[in-house]
Amino acid sequence: MAHATGTKYLKDGVLPHMWCSGCGIGVMLGAMLRAFEELDYKRSDTVVVTGIGCTGKADDYLVTNALHTTHGRALPYATGIKAFNPSLHVVVLMGDGDSVTIGGNHFIHAARRNIDLTAIVINNFNYGMTGGQVSGTTPGGRFTSTTSWGNPERDFDICALAEVAGANYVARETPYHGWELKEHIKEALNKRGFSLVEVFSPCPTHFGKNNEMKQTREMLDWFKMRGLPADRYRKLDDEEKKNHFAIGKLVDRDNPDFTTRYEEIREKAIRGSKEQA
Amino acid sequence: MQGNQAMSEGAIYAGAKFFAGYPITPSSEIAEECSKVMLKIGGIYMQMEDEIASIAAVIGASLAGAKAFTATSGPGFSLMQENLGLAVMGEVPCVVIDVQRRGPSTGLSTKPAQGDVMQLRWGRHGDQAVIALCPATVAECFFMTVKAFNFAEKFRVPVIVAPDEIIGHMRENFSPPAPGEVEVVDRKTPSGPPREYLPFTADPDGVAPLASYGSDYVFHVSSSMHGPDGCSNNDPDNAAWRVAQLHRKIEMHRDEIVICKTFSTEDADILLIAYGATTRASRAAALELRKRGVGAGVLQLITLWPFADKEVAMLGARAKAVIVPEMNYGGQIAGEVQKVLGSGADIRRVNSYNGEIITPQDILQVMKM
Repeated sequence: MAHATGTKYLKDGVLPHMWCSGCGIGVMLGAMLRAFEELDYKRSDTVVVTGIGCTGKADDYLVTNALHTTHGRALPYATGIKAFNPSLHVVVLMGDGDSVTIGGNHFIHAARRNIDLTAIVINNFNYGMTGGQVSGTTPGGRFTSTTSWGNPERDFDICALAEVAGANYVARETPYHGWELKEHIKEALNKRGFSLVEVFSPCPTHFGKNNEMKQTREMLDWFKMRGLPADRYRKLDDEEKKNHFAIGKLVDRDNPDFTTRYEEIREKAIRGSKEQA
Repeated sequence: MQGNQAMSEGAIYAGAKFFAGYPITPSSEIAEECSKVMLKIGGIYMQMEDEIASIAAVIGASLAGAKAFTATSGPGFSLMQENLGLAVMGEVPCVVIDVQRRGPSTGLSTKPAQGDVMQLRWGRHGDQAVIALCPATVAECFFMTVKAFNFAEKFRVPVIVAPDEIIGHMRENFSPPAPGEVEVVDRKTPSGPPREYLPFTADPDGVAPLASYGSDYVFHVSSSMHGPDGCSNNDPDNAAWRVAQLHRKIEMHRDEIVICKTFSTEDADILLIAYGATTRASRAAALELRKRGVGAGVLQLITLWPFADKEVAMLGARAKAVIVPEMNYGGQIAGEVQKVLGSGADIRRVNSYNGEIITPQDILQVMKM
């Protein structure tokens, strides 16, 4: 079989895309479309829901169904779509602002509900679209256009958040690891329940420029040197962990998803039984 | 039957299959009712993490083909406004019930008010129109909720049903009609070749057909300015056409949308203009005035937005004085009446804002009777 290109889900005449040179969103989008193709997704059965920001622009490149929503609210929109029609493949594309800053509440509740959505989060550690301001995932001490002398706050670990909130599947990759990224998106799409793929992304235009990694290569090197497969990362001591992060599959479990549970309860309601489900 | 229950049953009668909400007094009975019924009719009830998520889920479900709605009160309605704007921009049919309570802020959470009238119309940023209905009886709660779904489906707009707490919690004898007795409208769906489907054009009736996610008609919906295909479009001509069209499709059906009721207005020298619970006090006051030899009548506004300007102009021109009782400080509807009748008109305001109802005696007082 020829390698999947994913181009059949791409609108004609939209390339080159609008994202800055060195940005990881294009790599993520390519990986997602190749995953769609390898899983033989039909355009009509697939809905891509986006938020606002750089990542939120992705819907304009696609010929699947799409819903471009408001800032931070992509997950509850997707929840309504999936809950009403569970046969659809619903994929949610968000940035770190959408997913865990303005939309943090929706993120933990979508994971808790374990609704069968796949969230792909591009984490570029700052607000790219609006000029590189601090976000909920900017590491402490880092420089942004609103933390010129360093970020006084700590950052969220998006994967850890999804894990404790109840997601069935969690993985992290970077644009440096393109093939693995596609494989993990495929696993996430195949997983029943809430799945998250976090994609660390360079933002040479803002985050990189403000943090002495102006060249895309410097940020990719940063990912390459610091990203360790989860099993190796777990063996590090706390001090070593500060200089690294885990990549690959981090969580894989099969707790019942929202729809399965809801249909069990429906059956009981129809039978008129009140025993605990 | 209780008003809140009647709205819930009206929604089900209209074909609602999806409810997402967040508990808030004085609307919670609607959610409670739906949580039971939806399981049995093959629908979905979801309690979301907040009202922002509730209206988002409703819009998502509607695009997946459901007739969908939510219910809330002032504080929750405020939270819904941004996403309600997406329903306007994306032309997504949905219904929001706002059982109005006394504010500001958390206010008197169990007490009635009519303080959201302007928020219904102007609460969202940008430049947009919506339809808002206000029932005054338990029967109207039912029928106006059916009507709200019909308008939403027909015109691809969000429609708000906004009774006050009195009407939401009031009980009256009412038996819902049998299926088929009341008209139920479903959205227009596309029928041409899927590749040619454009969800954001306008048929002669001002509205394009709407497909559902999962059908052969693949489509995009966007909160951003979009072209006929739903994809981003920054062309000024397109933006001008779209903003105007979102208003125009309501304006061109204005006479169908504006619903009023009149009580002995034929020879009315004194015209009471009322909505929601104040309609009931106004009718009692008008009867009392007639007993005392004063020709009084009531114009009940069921549709608050778009405003019943023609009806107010026609009856107001004949009256010597107009009385507008409402449960808010500023006279939110009285201001609209003044706009229509002009600054020279004798318009008397009766306002309550202490969480208590307006009585017929309160209204008679303004007549010094």
